[in-house]
Amino acid sequence: MGMTMTQKILAHAAGLDKVVAGQLIEAKLDLVLGNDITSPVAIKEMDKMKVNGVFDKDKIALVPDHFVPNKDIKSAEHCKCVREFARRNEITNYFEVGEMGIEHALLPEKGLTVAGDVIIGADSHTCTYGALGAFSTGVGSTDMAAGMATGKAWFKVPSAIKFVLTGKTSKWVSGKDVILHIIGMIGVDGALYKSMEFVGDGIANLSMDDRFTIANMAIEAGGKNGIFPVDALAESYMKEHSNRKYTIYEADEDAEYDKTYTIDLSQLRPTVSFPHLPENTHTIDEIHEMDDIKIDQVVIGSCTNGRLDDLRIAAEILKGRKVQKGLRCIVIPATQKIYLQAMEEGLLRTFIEAGAVVSTPTCGPCLGGYMGILAEGERCVSTTNRNFVGRMGHVTSEIYLASPAVAAASAILGKIGCPCELD
Amino acid sequence: MKNAIGTVFKFGDNVDTDVIIPARYLNSSDPAELATHCMEDIDKDFVKNVKKGDIIVATKNFGCGSSREHAPIAIKAAGVSCVIAETFARIFYRNSINIGLPIVECPEAAKGIDAGDQVEVNFDTGVITNLTKGTTFQGQAFPEFMQKIIAAEGLVNYINNQ
Repeated sequence: MGMTMTQKILAHAAGLDKVVAGQLIEAKLDLVLGNDITSPVAIKEMDKMKVNGVFDKDKIALVPDHFVPNKDIKSAEHCKCVREFARRNEITNYFEVGEMGIEHALLPEKGLTVAGDVIIGADSHTCTYGALGAFSTGVGSTDMAAGMATGKAWFKVPSAIKFVLTGKTSKWVSGKDVILHIIGMIGVDGALYKSMEFVGDGIANLSMDDRFTIANMAIEAGGKNGIFPVDALAESYMKEHSNRKYTIYEADEDAEYDKTYTIDLSQLRPTVSFPHLPENTHTIDEIHEMDDIKIDQVVIGSCTNGRLDDLRIAAEILKGRKVQKGLRCIVIPATQKIYLQAMEEGLLRTFIEAGAVVSTPTCGPCLGGYMGILAEGERCVSTTNRNFVGRMGHVTSEIYLASPAVAAASAILGKIGCPCELD
Repeated sequence: MKNAIGTVFKFGDNVDTDVIIPARYLNSSDPAELATHCMEDIDKDFVKNVKKGDIIVATKNFGCGSSREHAPIAIKAAGVSCVIAETFARIFYRNSINIGLPIVECPEAAKGIDAGDQVEVNFDTGVITNLTKGTTFQGQAFPEFMQKIIAAEGLVNYINNQ
């Protein structure tokens, strides 16, 4: 029996010819990642280990992005701890405020994640890099500490679910709608402990930013990782951003999958996840049948949807229009580079003229940190990835997850809606 | 390992790490401080009522969401001796093992145990006994590899011992 893409990468990293689902292996790591929330705990754990520093100062990435620029004294202390650790260990890839971005948008842009890599990150959305054909998965702080110390991690080899994507999405349907549709279909534990392998001729019609969004939310279906085959577009992305050598792994023809789903992208509609689970999805057509869902805030950003494609779509919709009076619209470019590009393209002007605010890169409101916390009973349409109870603020507030197109349109309408309602 | 014995706090499906320890408290990494907010957004009286040794029982996908190790740390520091669930989210599972919070997957126990029941968990055999109802369940035993990590009381000690 053959191996999946994920299994092939893991076999190679473990120095084995073959692995099977369920097997426990120890794999070499190409990158270990942490942020300002998870790294301080990892650093504390590493201090308890009898090791002399990190395994490789070039293969660790430390990105303070959740509560920076520091939102309070305690956050500042956490960042200081990470900064001093980076200095002490001469970590090459420490990204200070001014050069940082939201980690999962930043690292591919900096060329630190390429096809064939095995990457662990103390952040659940580390699965994003599967868009480039890497095995990458979220872990906790102790695993991060062990990874930084030894350059290795243990894994249980996952089985996989295959998603065959065919066709082309219609106007205003993006990668976000694809992944929300999938999570709605299989549930928040539908891929628990498993790989989500995306294949099919429809992938050629998805931009890299769409693929990052899809892989990013594999965790919201419980997946261990999400992964795409490497095509010409992915190769050109890596060549443009990285000098690193990459290795392309393809699934064997006789690889075993627990399940296979075929999804015709042309049939997908703008999709929104209702509170309080990403699996509570409704299409825009279903929403049109409901009473208006009035909203108080819109957030466009995050590791899921803060990339250039996302900002371009939002700006296209907001151009020449105004954010509904009394509604707050917060736009957060995911990295400094994206911010700059958005400025050069005039997107920031469009946002500001429409009445939105534009923030420096930060995870901020996505996890209820700062920069857009919700009051009691308030509703937000957000391009982020989780709509759990209390995620963005008060325990009675509500988050509706959507694409940048739906979010921008909703900001104008003052209720959940789609761009087709604006003409 | 010593058996866990305690009173059960029961939760449903998909208890996420945002309700286990809300992100507004993640500007701290102090276990004692985190413990004072444990489960706050799903059961605001949990911290007031939980006693050392008590046990959490939940149904599907316990610990889904963020990778924050603060979640199992808060549960452990609140005094909880074991979490039993039908299934766990994978990062939470790893994190719990790595910090030495015993967790057991057992769908039958998750269904057959109610809030307030007295429960005993034998980690060597995986047997879960509902002392209140007089029933027993066979929980999933840890793979040998994980037993070694748990025996060392966490991944850090395990690595130090190697």
